[in-house]
Amino acid sequence: MGTSVPMVEYLELGESPRLVANECTSCGARYFDRRNACANCGGLEFVKAPVATEGEVRAFTIVNWAAPGIPAPYVAAVVDCDGTSVKANVVNTPPDAEHVHLGMKVRLATFPIGTDTVGTEAIGFGFEPVEGE
Amino acid sequence: MADDVWILGIHMTKFGKHPDLDPVDLASEAALAALADGGVTMKDMGVLAAGNLMGAAAGIGQQLQKQIGQTGIPVFNVANACATGATALRTVIMAIKAGECDMGLAVGVEKLSGAGMLGVGAPKAAADEWTPGGRYGAVTGLDGRVGTDIMPGVFAQIGMEYGHRYGGTSFELFARIAEKNHAHSTLNPLAAYTKKMTLEQIMGEPMIAYPNTRAMCSANCDGAAAAVLVSDAKLKTLSLEQRRRAVKVVASVLTSDPWEEACQILPNVNTLTRNAATIAYEQAGVGPEDLDLVELHDCFATAELVHYDNLMLCAEGGAVDFFQSGATWRDGSTPVNVSGGLESKGHPIAATGIANVWEVAHHLRGEAGDRQIEGAKVGLAHVIGLGSACGVHILEKSAA
Repeated sequence: MGTSVPMVEYLELGESPRLVANECTSCGARYFDRRNACANCGGLEFVKAPVATEGEVRAFTIVNWAAPGIPAPYVAAVVDCDGTSVKANVVNTPPDAEHVHLGMKVRLATFPIGTDTVGTEAIGFGFEPVEGE
Repeated sequence: MADDVWILGIHMTKFGKHPDLDPVDLASEAALAALADGGVTMKDMGVLAAGNLMGAAAGIGQQLQKQIGQTGIPVFNVANACATGATALRTVIMAIKAGECDMGLAVGVEKLSGAGMLGVGAPKAAADEWTPGGRYGAVTGLDGRVGTDIMPGVFAQIGMEYGHRYGGTSFELFARIAEKNHAHSTLNPLAAYTKKMTLEQIMGEPMIAYPNTRAMCSANCDGAAAAVLVSDAKLKTLSLEQRRRAVKVVASVLTSDPWEEACQILPNVNTLTRNAATIAYEQAGVGPEDLDLVELHDCFATAELVHYDNLMLCAEGGAVDFFQSGATWRDGSTPVNVSGGLESKGHPIAATGIANVWEVAHHLRGEAGDRQIEGAKVGLAHVIGLGSACGVHILEKSAA
C-alpha cells in the first residue's frame, strides 16, 4: 500500500515533481519518448534533462467531443517551458475560453489518476494557471 | 531534366454517402471515367499507383485491377495519411519521369461515411496492475490525459499557435473561413454538402474542439478520384483533342517534416508545406502571384489560415489580413477552395489528393461550369497528411 507510479516514465515524482527529457548530447534536441537515435542530428547518446516546471501556453484547444471513455471537456495545450515544448492538459481551471488564453503562465501540477488492484496509485500531470493570471 | 508530364484524363466521383458501393466500386468508377476522359484504356497504362488508407492492407491496386483490367503492370499500393492521393499521383509521375513507362494511372478512394472522429485509437484496456508500456512508459492511454490526439483538437492548436505568434485570430475569424468555403460549395454539384451557412449558424454548431465547430471540420464521406498521366513525348503522338484538354503538371513535390523543436509535441504542418511550395514554385517557374486558383488542405478552418502563409500566398505573418481583404473568396485575387474545400466538398482521405488536382484541372480546361474561374491558366493543389507528408502540385493550362 501507499506506493505510486508516474503515468509516464518522463514524469519524475518526489518532493518536487518534474518532467525529465532525453536530451541528445551532441545537438541538445529534447524528446520525451524512448529513443533509437536523434531525429535532428543522428546522435546516439542521450542524457536525462530536467524540464522547467513553469511555462507559457503557446497553443490550446478545448476538446468537447472526446474519444469514448475520456472525460470532456478538457483543455489540451502546448506549453513552452523555457524553450522546451511540452504536450499537456491545462488543469485546475474551468475549461472555457474565458479562463484559458494564449500566453497564459502555467506551472506543473500532479494528481492521482487511479489506484490499481494492488493499491498502487498512478500519478498524472498537467499545467495549472499561476496565481494572478 | 526529364520531359514534362501531363494529365491526360481525370475524374472524381460524387462525394457523399454511397451505401451501395464499396471501395472497389468507387475506385473502378473513378478509374474507368479517367481512362475514358483521356481516350485511353487499361492496356495503355504502364504503371498503377493506388491508395485506400482505411483498407491499406488489402491492396486496393490489385483489387481494382481484378475489376477493370489485369494487365500485369507494376502496382504500388500507397499509404501516406491524408497525402495518400497526392502520393499515388507523385508515384506515377516519378515512374514516367524515370522513363519506365509513358502512361500511368493514379487512384485514391475512401469510404468514410459515419466513420466518426479520426485520430482516436481504441482505448487502452485497464490492467489489474499499472504496467508501463509503449515508447513513453505509460501506464494508461494518454489521449485526453496528456493533450489530445483527436484531429479537430490537433489542428485547432495549429491555428491557435499561429494566432499566438502573429495575433489577430479569433473564433469568429476561423468561422469566417468556413463561411467562405460553405458559400463556395453551393456551386459544386459533386460536393458532399452544398448548403450556404451563415456565420451565426457556423458558430452555433456543436463545438468539437475550440475553436472548431462541426461546420469547421472536414466532412467524412465516401468518394474516389483518378488521373491518367502521360509523358510529353507520348502526348505529342495523340489527337489534337487529347492535347487540347491535357493539363501540364509543372511541379510535383512531396516532402516530410524536418526536425524542429516542438515538432514531436504538436505536428508541424508549416515547414514541410513551405518547403514543398518553395520547391514547387521553382520547378514551375511561377510565383504565388501567378496562381489563378488554389485548392489547399482545409481539413479544419484553423488549418486553412496557416496554409495561406505556408504557401506564401501572403506575406509571412499576414494570413489574417490576407483573408480579411477578401482575397481568398472566389471573386478575390487568389481564390482558395472554390470547390468548397474539405469542410463542405468532403474529405474521403485517399481520394483528396487527386480530387483537388481534378478541381484545378477542371478550371484550367474551362469545364468547371457555374463555378469556373474565368481565364484560369495556373493553379496549385496542396494536401497535408499528419505524420507528416505534404504534396504540392502546380498545373498549367495546355497551350495546344
